[in-house]
Amino acid sequence: MDLVIEARNLTKTYKMGEFDVQALRGVSFTIERGEVVSIMGPSGSGKSTMMNTLGCLDRPTSGEYILDGESVGEMNDDQLASVRNRKVGFVFQSFNLLSRLTALGNVELPLRYAGLTEGRRERAQAALEAVGLKDRMTHRPYELSGGQQQRVAVARSLVNNPAIIMADEPTGNLDSKVGKEIMNLLLNLNKDRGTTLIIVTHDPLIAEQTQRVIRLRDGELDPASELTRKG
Amino acid sequence: MNFTQALLEAIESLNGNKMRSGLTVLGIVIGVAAVIAMLAVGNGAQASITGSISSIGTNLLFVFRGSADGPPGGPGSGGSGNNDRPLTLSDAEAIADPLAAPSVDLVAPAIQGNGTITFSGENTTTTISGVTPGYAPVRNLELAEGEFINEEHILGRMSVVVLGPETAIAIFGHSDGIVGETIRIEGQPFRIIGVLVAKGGGAFGSEDNSAYIPFTTAQARLIKRSSLDEIDVLFVQATTAESVPQAADEISNILRQRHRTPIGDDDFTVFTQQDFLQTFETITGVLTIFLGGIAGISLLVGGIGIMNIMLVSVTERTREIGLRKALGARKKDILLQFLTESSLLSLIGGIIGVMFGWLIAFTVGQVATATGNNFVPIVGTDAILLSTSFSAVIGLFFGIYPASRAANLEPVEALRYE
Repeated sequence: MDLVIEARNLTKTYKMGEFDVQALRGVSFTIERGEVVSIMGPSGSGKSTMMNTLGCLDRPTSGEYILDGESVGEMNDDQLASVRNRKVGFVFQSFNLLSRLTALGNVELPLRYAGLTEGRRERAQAALEAVGLKDRMTHRPYELSGGQQQRVAVARSLVNNPAIIMADEPTGNLDSKVGKEIMNLLLNLNKDRGTTLIIVTHDPLIAEQTQRVIRLRDGELDPASELTRKG
Repeated sequence: MNFTQALLEAIESLNGNKMRSGLTVLGIVIGVAAVIAMLAVGNGAQASITGSISSIGTNLLFVFRGSADGPPGGPGSGGSGNNDRPLTLSDAEAIADPLAAPSVDLVAPAIQGNGTITFSGENTTTTISGVTPGYAPVRNLELAEGEFINEEHILGRMSVVVLGPETAIAIFGHSDGIVGETIRIEGQPFRIIGVLVAKGGGAFGSEDNSAYIPFTTAQARLIKRSSLDEIDVLFVQATTAESVPQAADEISNILRQRHRTPIGDDDFTVFTQQDFLQTFETITGVLTIFLGGIAGISLLVGGIGIMNIMLVSVTERTREIGLRKALGARKKDILLQFLTESSLLSLIGGIIGVMFGWLIAFTVGQVATATGNNFVPIVGTDAILLSTSFSAVIGLFFGIYPASRAANLEPVEALRYE
């Protein structure tokens, strides 16, 4: 069993004024390499906190989180930045592309922060080709449709060959037809490259297409969660 | 992220908001241009004054009545009212003695007063100096036409006059071909025997705007003094520029003996040309620093403008910063990015400002030349280096706070920012 994510008894407490808010109250699960998993839950369930923790944007208050063999809990900010750069690709609901940069420039961005000086352009081109945007490389975000922008974001997420791709409501800002295309693109990337895919969503239709669903409720795992790989 | 990339990104980012970048740069441009122009004008004024003082002659000394520390008794005052003994012709003769004062070359006593010159209805008021033949070589006066006052004129108390070119133009409208004409000074007729070459301004006002008559004539008929051999000022030429301090000592000793004054209680002042230079250099130096300081304040204001715009920019781009962090940017990457932007703003402002300031200085020089003043602003390399490095430091300094604010944003918070 090749585990890419190991979460053990994760908790997260926020200070809101005088009150402590417990967003996660001891969550444990594992994800194997190559899986497609969705994380669901109503708002306030700790879904966003879970995604931030899994994406190394934030540290858990207690518990252990091992991503692709590296224990994240004790890392400092710069080490976390490095882990995000190498191991995590993000796809956001609102695309989050830099409007000043071309599609190519946006996809190159993670490679710049990886300290790569050569071969950036070629790798970015290859990533854009993989998402079907070969002839849109020099366009800027405002010259692209919503679906095309999200494709650029997908290309950006996979350009560094990350261990996991975290997609946060990737189809939330798209109509259903284009949303379906993006889902198919993500699923195909998983199939072709074996990249682990974690989709945070509240759309059951999206969750249906993933191999298993982890459900959160009030900061704890819902008993309906599928905690291990099917079959 | 290396520096070249940071620079490229900064250019991209500044280019993306041209209007704002331009206005921010303008603040620095004005500051640097003001510093450059002010320093250039200050330095130019200093050079101009130094030059005109040097034109008096580097081995010249002035001796006035009265102590420099005590009650004033400068040139031309000549009046009573204090106990200082006036300088006399015998003082001049004693100083001229080569045995008593070996460092003294020439001595030229003079009495001075203001008088009105008239010629067929035209009139002008100018300084009338009663001088001896030695005056011309001591003061470096050159004649454009005619001759200077000689011994014969002195002995005969003759009514002859040598005019400065400005005085001549004021009466005749031109300064050539007037030798032999007769003008009236304070109503008395004087024959013009010479006209001087124009020299420009000097320490005692313009020598071009003056009239010289024989010492004895002035004494007897124009400038009345209480005793017959009293003089207002004594011009002394030292043998060389190096012997000026020694000559000053010799003159002081002679005058102390003759006036019977103890050391430290002199009733005369020996002033060298170096003293003049020092005094004026101090004045213009303070002026330059003052002007530069005021201009420096505008540079500071420009720096605050940069800080302001960078803070706005950081707030505006919070999401971008969050995204960059999510993609793996470390604190120092973000810090470098924003510092590069602010430094670039001030650097561009500095470069344009230097050119602009040079242009202002050049224009001031052109205007001065066009209006007949011999004044050339000097744009020094030190001023250029000073203001550009100062503006770059300002860009860095005022960029640090916004940049560190950007670098320390929490990625989660920044990504959520609307």
